[in-house]
Amino acid sequence: MIGYAFFRLVSLCASLAAASIVIFGVIEVIPGDPAAFMLGVSATDDAVAALRAELGLEGGVTARYFSWVGGMLVGDFGTSYTYRVPVSELVLARLQVSLPLTLYALALSTAVAIPVGLAAAARRGGTADYGIMAATQLGIAVPNFWFAMLLVLVFSIGLGWFGAGGFPGWEAGFWTGVKALTLPAVALALPQASILARIMRSSLLEVLGQDYMRTARAKGLSGRQAVVSHGLRNALIPVMTILGLQFSFLLAGAIIIENVFFLPGLGRLIFQGIIQRDLIVVESVVMLLVFAVIMVTYLVDLTYAAIDPRLRRSI
Amino acid sequence: MKVPAQLWFGAALSSAFVVAALVSLVWTPYPVDELSIDQRMRLPGDGYVLGTDQFGRDMLSMLMVGARTSIAVAIVAVGIGMAFGVPLGLLAAANRGKPVDEIVMRTNDLVFAFPSLVIAILITAVFGPSAFNAILAIGIFNIPVFARVTRGGALSLWTLDFVLSARVAGKSRLRISLEHILANITNLLIVQGTIQFSLGILAEAGLSYVGLGAQPPTPSWGRMLAESQTLVSLAPHIAAFPGLAIVLTVLGLNLMGDGLRDILDPRLRSTR
Amino acid sequence: MRYGSRVAAAILALGVGAAQAQDRIVIGMQLEPPNLDPTGGAAAAIDEVVYANVFEGLTRYRSDGTIAPGLAESWSVSDDGTVYTFHLRAGVKFHDGSEMTADDVKFSLDRARSDGSTNAQKSLFAGITDVDVVDSVTVKITLAAPNGGFITNMAWGDAVILAPETAERAATEPVGTGPFRFSRWVQGDRIELVRNPDYWGERPALESATFRFISDPTAAFAAVMAGDVDAFPAYPAPETLAQFDADPRFQLLIGSTEGETILSINNGSGSLGDVNVRRAISHAINRREIIDGAMFGYGTPIGTHFAPHNPDYVDLTDISAYDPELSRKLLAEAGAEDLTLSLKLPPPSYARRGGEIVAAQLRAVGIATEISNLEWAQWLEQVFRGKDYDLTIVSHTEPMDINIYARPDYYFQYDNPDFRNLMKDLDLASDPAERSEILAAAQRIIAEDYVNGYLFQLARTGVADARIQGLWPNAPTQANDLTGVSWRE
Repeated sequence: MIGYAFFRLVSLCASLAAASIVIFGVIEVIPGDPAAFMLGVSATDDAVAALRAELGLEGGVTARYFSWVGGMLVGDFGTSYTYRVPVSELVLARLQVSLPLTLYALALSTAVAIPVGLAAAARRGGTADYGIMAATQLGIAVPNFWFAMLLVLVFSIGLGWFGAGGFPGWEAGFWTGVKALTLPAVALALPQASILARIMRSSLLEVLGQDYMRTARAKGLSGRQAVVSHGLRNALIPVMTILGLQFSFLLAGAIIIENVFFLPGLGRLIFQGIIQRDLIVVESVVMLLVFAVIMVTYLVDLTYAAIDPRLRRSI
Repeated sequence: MKVPAQLWFGAALSSAFVVAALVSLVWTPYPVDELSIDQRMRLPGDGYVLGTDQFGRDMLSMLMVGARTSIAVAIVAVGIGMAFGVPLGLLAAANRGKPVDEIVMRTNDLVFAFPSLVIAILITAVFGPSAFNAILAIGIFNIPVFARVTRGGALSLWTLDFVLSARVAGKSRLRISLEHILANITNLLIVQGTIQFSLGILAEAGLSYVGLGAQPPTPSWGRMLAESQTLVSLAPHIAAFPGLAIVLTVLGLNLMGDGLRDILDPRLRSTR
Repeated sequence: MRYGSRVAAAILALGVGAAQAQDRIVIGMQLEPPNLDPTGGAAAAIDEVVYANVFEGLTRYRSDGTIAPGLAESWSVSDDGTVYTFHLRAGVKFHDGSEMTADDVKFSLDRARSDGSTNAQKSLFAGITDVDVVDSVTVKITLAAPNGGFITNMAWGDAVILAPETAERAATEPVGTGPFRFSRWVQGDRIELVRNPDYWGERPALESATFRFISDPTAAFAAVMAGDVDAFPAYPAPETLAQFDADPRFQLLIGSTEGETILSINNGSGSLGDVNVRRAISHAINRREIIDGAMFGYGTPIGTHFAPHNPDYVDLTDISAYDPELSRKLLAEAGAEDLTLSLKLPPPSYARRGGEIVAAQLRAVGIATEISNLEWAQWLEQVFRGKDYDLTIVSHTEPMDINIYARPDYYFQYDNPDFRNLMKDLDLASDPAERSEILAAAQRIIAEDYVNGYLFQLARTGVADARIQGLWPNAPTQANDLTGVSWRE
């Protein structure tokens, strides 16, 4: 087990190094000089040069790569070219929106998906099952930006129940914040809930076919009792795996929804960074996200390996 | 074997759009490259079955040509994913547990770890927006999907008797992969291909929506949606139809994929 | 929160029976400023937040485009036109409590024109040779040559006065002399300003102002409709203005900008160097269709590179009237019938929509185009600096910028010695009638050379709550001056 963990740790470090080179390389070849962009069409050449020097854009590629990586190793992610504040500060501020939004969306999707998946599995092959499965197919097929647009049209412009977007900040009150995140969370949750409900249903059906379930029924437990006491827990394992994936996906993947609802989240930070050529923000934030996902994958793998030694060999 | 109703329904829905796309190659009700500002935002009816858009172009014609863009982008992206992913997956499975396997799988994880939309935006920032770059961005993320599916399917086959006997007979790993493994995972690949195809259409719509896909005047569903957004209260049909087109196509493909899986993948049939 | 405060206000009004005047405003803006130092960045959004609100210069723009005294109460010019003496207002304080004196003026101007300066409009200060402090409220500025536009230059946002102690931090914590002081910036969302109680001028009616950044036109529409923002002075979706117009809760603020929106032609690219090909392109363009189709009717057709609201403007639209027949004939004569041109479009909707319409109009006379939609950074690099383009659409928003045609290295690559001489004459001319004459001749030369396709003057299309008064309808410079803004009782 120790050997396996060490082996995976080496490959993890190699992955991170590879990721940093890829990210730095892509950022390096993006056309568009940040300094020229910031100073616009009337800028004189010497003003642009002065700004480039000020931003630390001069110097060799390798030197700049190592100073970037070296900085990150000690927790310094650089200073935003445009905002002129440390990137870590920006990320922390954005996480206050992105993290709750992601958790909210996941909570909504689980709250809907698990009972719906249960209901479908319980009425397997019946009309309700077919209806639910058709509805989830629809939920997957609807582009979430289009759905978000419809939500705004109905609930903020039409009914006036919610604001059209924006985030007032948590200091405006917990419920005010939750209210502002509701429509975006619903828009994000729809496809996730649909996927989750389908997985819940099929994993439950698989579990129900297992021997220990038959044993439980034979012991005299009712169908419902058997499902709740034995089936549910086992069926939730694949659901949890998918939830983990969706979490990392939503954290940065909400760019389009953040744009529709003009939320200052992590996704839009990256998006704006690319448009405004605030490249240090882009490379550091992307690297952070990649790091987080790789770390989570590593820990999950280790946990599985600890539980089930057979997995160690097959990787 | 009974063909499930959803397969029929899904296939009918998707082929309707494929047919529309094909027909648009030779005929559309109106030309899509001519604007007539005085005819703009006409409601459906009166010569225009689905009305006209903000430049006075016929919505039906735009949707037909847009179907072509979506389908072309998604097909090529799936092709890229299969062309690279399947050999990689076969390679990894044939060398299970060896460094090659480890490298392939870790690279897979690495690609998965990148936020896909961000990478798509970066690609267009480097090369400029175009349908080709949208294909590239979607295709890259299809590679690990196919590699993983292929490897998973192949791994279970390598332990089966007929493969073992082929090995005993002295066939090389490469030959076994091509002759025995690949043939037996085709069903799996068809099902995954259908799913990735529908995801590709959604992804193309999302990329075009943020302006990174096919460039005007080539119609694209995602861009039609983006450009009509502010008109939604003036002329709802302009925003409604491209959205519906996306929903119905993806729905059709998903239903078809599900139905195909039921027929082609016996392991999963029991859970239906 | 806004909903809550409205309810509270309504309850208060009912209960007490007296109307409680609103003293807060939320202004919507499409772009977020990258930083808040107008002397260190070009983004229009910087000035749209801080100009006249947080920072002030020696002089300032009024809403009609004329220049008024700012921190300088008055000034005098030497007879040869090279020495300006500014008399500053006494007792003006920066937001940190320190006194604004002649030393600060000298510091600010010297900083802007220094070698390491990152001022985006460094040329505004190019003529200055010396800045001398006479006493604490008097500054003497010496120019190398007379410059009729110097007082206007000093009104730009790039020429505002900062204090040496706080200038370095102006990007994130601006400290100025204006009627509002900077309070808070939630990056990606909003900037908050509060009233400066120690302001030297008339006390503004607003207690606080919030600028919210909403880049998406649909979201902007939704935000105004839902009452999340009170005013959106540069509203990005002209197609929805009719809906606001019909709704008594809102008012439209339609005015003019300094933006000549043109189809820029790369005069140095292949057959586009041929004046007849450019002429053919100009005659293929139907301005009305572009204004209707791209701007939903908002915008004034122009025939040259000059703002129609300027008294010296000459209407030359007839020189390039819509005539596709003539256009086809000219192309045939020039032997340029199979032309394929690149059309590179920056992000604003006037360019993206206008570009699709222009492409269709050019196609109608047999010119094929390849559209590529670019971000601003790409546009700057490829088109503006790299000159790697055939056609582009862009609005030139600098006021009085016809002199860019005298720069052969400018991205149009237009090189006409006659025009350059005319601009030299203009610099030396001080008599208004003579200047008018020169400007008219200049407008005519570029129109007859068909340097670019002249489309329309960009309109300022804003929308606001019907109860708000005092917002600028025009945009003589990029600003949202809130000094005179208030809520109607």
